[in-house]
Amino acid sequence: MSRTSKAYIAGIYEHPTRKAVDQTIPQLHAEVAIGALADAGLTLDDVDGYFCGGDAPGLGGISMAEYMGLNLKYTDSTETGGSSYVIHVGHAVNAIAMGKCSVALITLAGRPRAEGVATLGPRDYGSALPELGFESPYGPVVTNQYGMAAMRHLHQYGTTSEQLAWVKVAASHHAQHNEHAMLRNVVTVEDVVNSPMISDPLHRLDCCVISDGGGALVVVSPEIAKTLGDRCVKILGHGESIKHLNAGQVDITYTGGVVSGPIAFAEADLKPADMDYVSIYDSFTITVVETLEDLGFCEKGKGGAFVSDGNLISGTGKLPFNTDGGGLCNNHPTNRGGITKVIEAARQLRGEAHPKVQVPDCTLALAHGTGGSIATRMGSSTVILGRNDA
Amino acid sequence: MTADTKTANERTYPAPNISLETEAYWAAANEGKLLMKKCSDCGKTHFYPRAICPHCHGGNTEWYEASGKGVIYSYSVMRRGATPYAIAYVTVDEGITMMTNIVDCDYDALAVGQAVEVTFRQSDGGGGHDQAIPVFRPT
Repeated sequence: MSRTSKAYIAGIYEHPTRKAVDQTIPQLHAEVAIGALADAGLTLDDVDGYFCGGDAPGLGGISMAEYMGLNLKYTDSTETGGSSYVIHVGHAVNAIAMGKCSVALITLAGRPRAEGVATLGPRDYGSALPELGFESPYGPVVTNQYGMAAMRHLHQYGTTSEQLAWVKVAASHHAQHNEHAMLRNVVTVEDVVNSPMISDPLHRLDCCVISDGGGALVVVSPEIAKTLGDRCVKILGHGESIKHLNAGQVDITYTGGVVSGPIAFAEADLKPADMDYVSIYDSFTITVVETLEDLGFCEKGKGGAFVSDGNLISGTGKLPFNTDGGGLCNNHPTNRGGITKVIEAARQLRGEAHPKVQVPDCTLALAHGTGGSIATRMGSSTVILGRNDA
Repeated sequence: MTADTKTANERTYPAPNISLETEAYWAAANEGKLLMKKCSDCGKTHFYPRAICPHCHGGNTEWYEASGKGVIYSYSVMRRGATPYAIAYVTVDEGITMMTNIVDCDYDALAVGQAVEVTFRQSDGGGGHDQAIPVFRPT
């Protein structure tokens, strides 16, 4: 069948660097932009809409538009951490459908490794944060917040560290084939649970990599997609949500995916069982387990069993995921992984993933982004994508 | 009551950010009291404390002293860095769950569901403006 799509992903690009000692952040943004536009068969002169998150230097997209010489009639700088870029895909579709722009550029780039940014420390979001005084004295950092989410999931649902480890094992099986991946060694469940404890119950190998680089996406109108050939990928559905601590009625065993997933599936008129491939944000192993449950790939609380025994490994399991190696092994550019999730899903739908991990006849795929912390406040976004003939 | 002295192997507690909406909470903490805020219109307690009720959105919220008793909802012991520490969410008897640290405990013996009670630690505000912060310890 031929499904209707209000816009298409025409260009994708993932920067090959993982440590950008010789490039500035604006330069990285421009390099990924040029790469994605070249992939689409377009140039910076064709762009009339620009979308970026908080990693873009300057006020929204203003400074980067100047740096890249863009002439814009539409911009959106929605900032929800690592999920921003998946949200941008949805917002680009909306803007194109409303006739506000026809070639939307989305960029992400940064160089935390080259800058030696401490990742165990707290992040500074400004002194006006209403929650700040009630959290900062207690030392919340990314790892111990996800640790608390994992600890509660283990307690409430009987999930085990070995089950969480399977997420990393699957990612490592994929990363071995990716020449750009930071961690290419295949690991076992034992390797994960015997790696040093970072913040209970998360071990070092339950955590994603820290990497430089970035990525870009080009979203175009159906009219332009027609001129660019069959590598264009259909955007069939999009959902987004913000989840928070709910005035103290805290439940950290689920994510904003419970809202964004059903909206995206409904718009696409599809269901989880229809997906041939999924890109799931994998800042930590627990992120994947909670997200798969929330998106409806398994019953709530059964995510640990679902990911076990290689079920996420391409060619082996029932639900191949993150075939580039994901954030756990490949790349988590500037601590924000949303854009690489969309990029690998598009590769799969074009048949351009590595042959060892390419899903045969991959027709329908999902990409999901998570930003912030699933133990406090988070942004979630889901997109459903389809092959050009889907 | 003043804040207890932290033990030798405890981390330094950063001073909290205090705003017009929350200064009463911190003044009470310096007197060894844990305050909560509830709404005079809908009667519900919320956390963190706000001038505007996040449940019914009324503007009549009022302070009251909490029991200081609760149970651990979840926790994680940060093993990396200079000094290990336990971050936690504690569900207090008033029905809300708050971020805190668990102190005076064996980090390897902590458990979800464990009963805890409030105690206080002096934060490192510098310049003679030290502020007590509520933390919890096993009962």
